[in-house]
Amino acid sequence: MTAYIIRRLLYALPILIGVNALTFVLFFVVNSPDDMARMHLGGKRVTDQAILAWKEDHGYDKPLLINQSREGSAQLTDTILFEKSLRLFVFDFGQSDNGRDISHDISQRMWPSLAIAVPTLLVGLAVNITFALLLAFFRASYLDFWGVVICVGMMSISSLFYIIGGQFLVGKLLNLVPISGYDTGVHAWKFMVLPVIVGVIGGIGSGTRWYRTLFLEEIQRDYVRSARAKGLSEHLVLFRHVLRNALIPILTGVVVVLPMLFIGSLLTESFFGIPGLGSYTIEAISNQDFAIVRAMVFLGAVLYIIGLLLTDISYTIADPRVRLD
Amino acid sequence: MSFQPVILWTDALVYLLLLLIAVTIWHTRRHEHLLQPWRRVSASRTGQAALVVLLFYVIIGLLDTLHFNPRVDPGAPGDAVYSTEVLSVFDVIAGPLRTERETTYSAPFATHLFSKKTVYRPDGSAVREYPRLRYGGSHLDEHGNGKLADIVAKGALGALQGALVWLVLLLVLCLMQPARLLRLLSGRTPTPWHVGAWTALVVVAVFAALWELSEHYHILGTGKVGEDVFFQALKSIRTGLIIGTLTTLVMLPAALLLGIMAGYFRGWVDDVIQYLYTTLNSIPGVLLIAAAILMMQIYMSNHAEQFSSLTERADLRLLFLCLILGVTSWTSLCRLLRGEALKLRELDYVVAARAFGVADFRILLRHVLPNVMHIVLITIVLDFSGLVLAEAVLSYINIGVDPATNSWGNMINGARLELAREPVVWWSLIAAFGFMFTLVLAANLFSDVVRDAFDPRLRQQR
Repeated sequence: MTAYIIRRLLYALPILIGVNALTFVLFFVVNSPDDMARMHLGGKRVTDQAILAWKEDHGYDKPLLINQSREGSAQLTDTILFEKSLRLFVFDFGQSDNGRDISHDISQRMWPSLAIAVPTLLVGLAVNITFALLLAFFRASYLDFWGVVICVGMMSISSLFYIIGGQFLVGKLLNLVPISGYDTGVHAWKFMVLPVIVGVIGGIGSGTRWYRTLFLEEIQRDYVRSARAKGLSEHLVLFRHVLRNALIPILTGVVVVLPMLFIGSLLTESFFGIPGLGSYTIEAISNQDFAIVRAMVFLGAVLYIIGLLLTDISYTIADPRVRLD
Repeated sequence: MSFQPVILWTDALVYLLLLLIAVTIWHTRRHEHLLQPWRRVSASRTGQAALVVLLFYVIIGLLDTLHFNPRVDPGAPGDAVYSTEVLSVFDVIAGPLRTERETTYSAPFATHLFSKKTVYRPDGSAVREYPRLRYGGSHLDEHGNGKLADIVAKGALGALQGALVWLVLLLVLCLMQPARLLRLLSGRTPTPWHVGAWTALVVVAVFAALWELSEHYHILGTGKVGEDVFFQALKSIRTGLIIGTLTTLVMLPAALLLGIMAGYFRGWVDDVIQYLYTTLNSIPGVLLIAAAILMMQIYMSNHAEQFSSLTERADLRLLFLCLILGVTSWTSLCRLLRGEALKLRELDYVVAARAFGVADFRILLRHVLPNVMHIVLITIVLDFSGLVLAEAVLSYINIGVDPATNSWGNMINGARLELAREPVVWWSLIAAFGFMFTLVLAANLFSDVVRDAFDPRLRQQR
C-alpha cells in the first residue's frame, strides 16, 4: 500500500511538470512580459522606461530561460522560468502583481471556501441520496416518471438562475438573510445559509438522477433477487443491500472532489461576496493579476491529482475486492 | 447587387458542419444498420418533440449565420459602395425589431417608459412624467387604452397565420395528399409522426403570435439603451448554438485521432497520449479557460490593427472560446475512445484483418473508426447542453464571448444589477433564462433519447 502511494506520487511529478510547462508557455511565451506590462500600464502610449520599471518591480525583467549575464548555476536560477514557475513546486507562490503574498492570501482565504463548500457537499449528498432512494423505491411508477422529468428540468436551468433567483427571493423579497457578505466566528451562519441552500438546490437535478441510475443498476443484481427470494421486505432490501453497495461508486465520486473543496465555487463565492479562494480567483481574473491565476492553476492541478490518489485508496477501503499493488 | 456576402470564421465552420451532416445523412440512408438507431430515435415521442424545438432554434441560428454587407445607398448609380456594417438575413427579416429603439428600459408590452423623465410641453412648461414610447404600442392612443383587447386580437391573428403556414408546410411534406395528412395527424402511422407535427404546430403558432405582437409592442420589454429584448434573445440563439456545436467540432479531430491511436497501438504511443490528456485534465477547466482568454485579450489589445472590424474581432473571440472549451473537454471523449479501441483491437475481425497484412492505417479507418462513431455521437449530443450553460457562466466572469456579441450570458450579466432597482427590471433576465432553458431542456431530452438508441449496452438490457 505504502509502496503504491509512493509510486503514484512519483507518477504525479511528470504531470505537474507538464502543467508547469503549459502555464509557463501560456503566461510568458504567448505574450512577452513587455505585453503584460503594457496591458497593466494601459494601452499603447506607454514609455519604454515605464515598462522596464514595471517589469523590475514585479521581477519580470529577467531572461526567460537562460541568463547569459550571470555565472555558474545562477545562469539557470536567475531567470523567469526558475523564479516564477519552478518555485511553484515547493508551493512558493511569490507575490501577486499588486504586491501581496499569495501563499498568505491562500491560507487565509481557504477557510471561508471550506465553510461554504463542505456543508453544501454534505447536505447535497444527503438530499440527493434520499430523493434517489425514493425514486428507486417507487420505480416505474408515476412518481418515478415525474421525479425524473423534474430532475431533467432542474438540470436544464442555468446555475446563474438559482443564484440570482435565490438571492432575489430569500434575500430581497422575504428579507430572511443578508444577500451577500461574510462574517467570522458564530455570526457566519447567517451568510452561509443562502449559498448552501442555493448550492444544494442547484445540484439536486443531476445528482438525484445520477444516484437513481446507480441504485437501479444495483437493484438488477442477482444478490438483490436472492434477498427478495428469502423473503426480505422491499425497504430492507433497499436499505441493507442496495444502498450499501451503491454507496461505493457514490463515495468514490465524492472523494475525487474533496481536495477541490478548498478552491470553492467561483460563481457562488463571487455572487455572495464570500472572501474565499473562488472569489480570489475571480478578482484576479478581472484585475488581470497573472501571478495569482498562475498560482491557482498549479494549486488546482495539485489538488486534482491528490483527489485521484484518494479515490484509488478509497476504493480499497470501500470495496474489499480491490487490491492495490 | 445590393449586398456583398461576408463569411466570418464561425460562419465557415458552420457551413462545414452542415456539409458534414449532409454527408452523414446521405451515407446513413444507404445503410440499413446505420438507420436502425435513428428509427428508434424517431419512434420516441419525447425525441420527436425535442427535435422539433431544436430544429426551430437551428433555423433561426442559421438565418442569423448568413452574413453580408449591405450596399450604401442602393439606388445610386456608379460603383457599388458597401457598408462595413455586417448584417445577417435574420436582421433583415426582423427589420423594425432591430431598428426601433426606445431611449431606455420599458416593461414588456408597455406603452410608456419605465422611468420618469422631464418632458417639455409645447407651451414651455416642464413636467416629470413617464414619456410615451416611440414605437411600443404606437398605434394605440396617448394613454394606451384598449391595449389588452388589442394584444389578444393581434396574438390570435398571428397564431392563426402561424397555423396556416404549418398546414401548408405539412401538406407539402405529405406530397399534397390530404388523406395522408389526416392519417399522419391522427397518429395512425407506424412511427408517431403526429407528436412531432403537433409540437411543430404549437411552436410555430406561438412564435408567429409573438412575432406579430413584436411588430407593435416590445413584447419582452427593452433594455438599458432601449434595444428590444426579444430581438436580443433571438440573436443570442446563434451564439448558444455555435458554442454548443463548434466546440465539439473543433475538438473532434484531435480526440478521435489520439483516442483511437492510443487504444490501438498501445505501448509508448498510449503512454504519451495518456500523459497528454491527464496533464490537461488535471488543470481545472475554468482556470485554464480564464488563463487562455486573458492571454488572448492581451494579444488582441496589443495587436488591434490585425482585425478589420469589431464584428470580425468578436467573431474570432467566439471561435477562440470554442477552441479553448474544446481543449478542456476533448479529454473525456479521448479516454472513452481509447477504452473502446482497446476492446476493438482484440476482436476477431480486427485480428483477422491484421493477419491478412492490412495496413494499420486502413484497419483504423475501415474497422475501428466506424465502430466508435456511436460514442462520438452520444458525446456530441450529451455535451451540447452543458456547453450552452457554460457560455452563460463564462460570460458572467467576463471570460466568455465578446461583450459586443449577443449572448444569453451577456444579457444576464447586464441585467443582474438591475434587480436592485425598485420596481425590479426582470424581463431581460427572464427572457435570457427562458430561451436558454427551452434550448437546454430540449437538448437534454433529445440527448437521452439518442443515448438510449445508440448505446449497445443499454439496448441489451431491454
